[in-house]
Amino acid sequence: MTDAPLSRRSLLVATAGVAGTALLSRPLGLVAPVMAAAGLAPTATMRGGANNYRPNAPMVDRLGSGFFVRGKVLRAGDGAPLRGVRIQIWAATVLGGEPDPVNHGSVLTRADGSFELEMAQIVPNFGQPHAHLAYDDGAFQTVFLRPVMPSARDTSVSADFVLAPT
Amino acid sequence: MGSSSRGWIRASLAWSGVAAVTIVPVGIAAFSPYLPSRNMPYIIGGFAGIVGLSLLFVQPLLPAGYLAGSEGPAGRRWHRWLGGTIVVTVALHVGGLYLASPDDTVDALLLVSPTPFSVYGVTAMWGVVATAVLVLSRRRLGLRYSVWRLIHNGLAAIVVFATVIHALQIEGAMEPVSKWMLCLAALAATGVVLLDLRVVRPFRALRKPSMD
Repeated sequence: MTDAPLSRRSLLVATAGVAGTALLSRPLGLVAPVMAAAGLAPTATMRGGANNYRPNAPMVDRLGSGFFVRGKVLRAGDGAPLRGVRIQIWAATVLGGEPDPVNHGSVLTRADGSFELEMAQIVPNFGQPHAHLAYDDGAFQTVFLRPVMPSARDTSVSADFVLAPT
Repeated sequence: MGSSSRGWIRASLAWSGVAAVTIVPVGIAAFSPYLPSRNMPYIIGGFAGIVGLSLLFVQPLLPAGYLAGSEGPAGRRWHRWLGGTIVVTVALHVGGLYLASPDDTVDALLLVSPTPFSVYGVTAMWGVVATAVLVLSRRRLGLRYSVWRLIHNGLAAIVVFATVIHALQIEGAMEPVSKWMLCLAALAATGVVLLDLRVVRPFRALRKPSMD
């Protein structure tokens, strides 16, 4: 179950999350209506997504073990998978809090646009078990995600990016 | 002799019950597996919230005089003292969480947080602030006591209800069953006291002369 690839459900969940935050995100101009009409719409930044962000998290093989943060990075419009894109990940885990450097790391996407980071078990922080993911490297518009785990006992969480060129 | 010892037993049972309802949830939370990975401001901020919630259960019982030693003016004096303590727990809660994560706390205070419980926490916080202002400026406001009391009761009901929703939606150090029990106890205490002080007792006072 934890090995399931990007599911339609997670996409729908992500879409619902985006819809829920549409009120706030729209003024930020992250949703480009023209792009949406043309094809795959870019992912909007989630509320609170950038909280405790420390830019340029170091590239890591892993940050602990037992928990997986996964996702896929696609290009807006044609939906082409993006390879070699740096995704920064951080979360509160059993090793420490969200601002703690031990819980910050970056990974690159594979040829199919997928990425995965193994880290220590995420624990609820400020009331919800959640992770933070960022694309913030300039070639595409910056996106911050904040997926919430359905259960604090989950051993993985996924979040997908559809990036719009700047 | 027999009736006084029965009274003593009843009084100590009541106080033990109150102590258990307020202390047990805090004690269980102290063993939360989430605590080791949290820093001190986060732990203090979190526990200030838990203690504040448990004080909301005791607070209405005092002016109602349900507990031995809290009858009449003594109960109101304790009520005022505990009110000040609740204000301190709110300040420690918000302050501690701010030190733990300024981003998340400012989002919550500005009502832009993605967490659904923040709005209830902020509502309760402003309710407590408004209550403190209402209490401190009681003379200056020049309200009739019956009106002042009604505003105070209304704010109290909002504070307790909002705090309970806030607490129940949070996944944190509190153990769920003890959290639910404490929340229900706080709601019940508030509801029973409001009903007793504002409906039952005034109604009885009205009825009494005509019945004599």
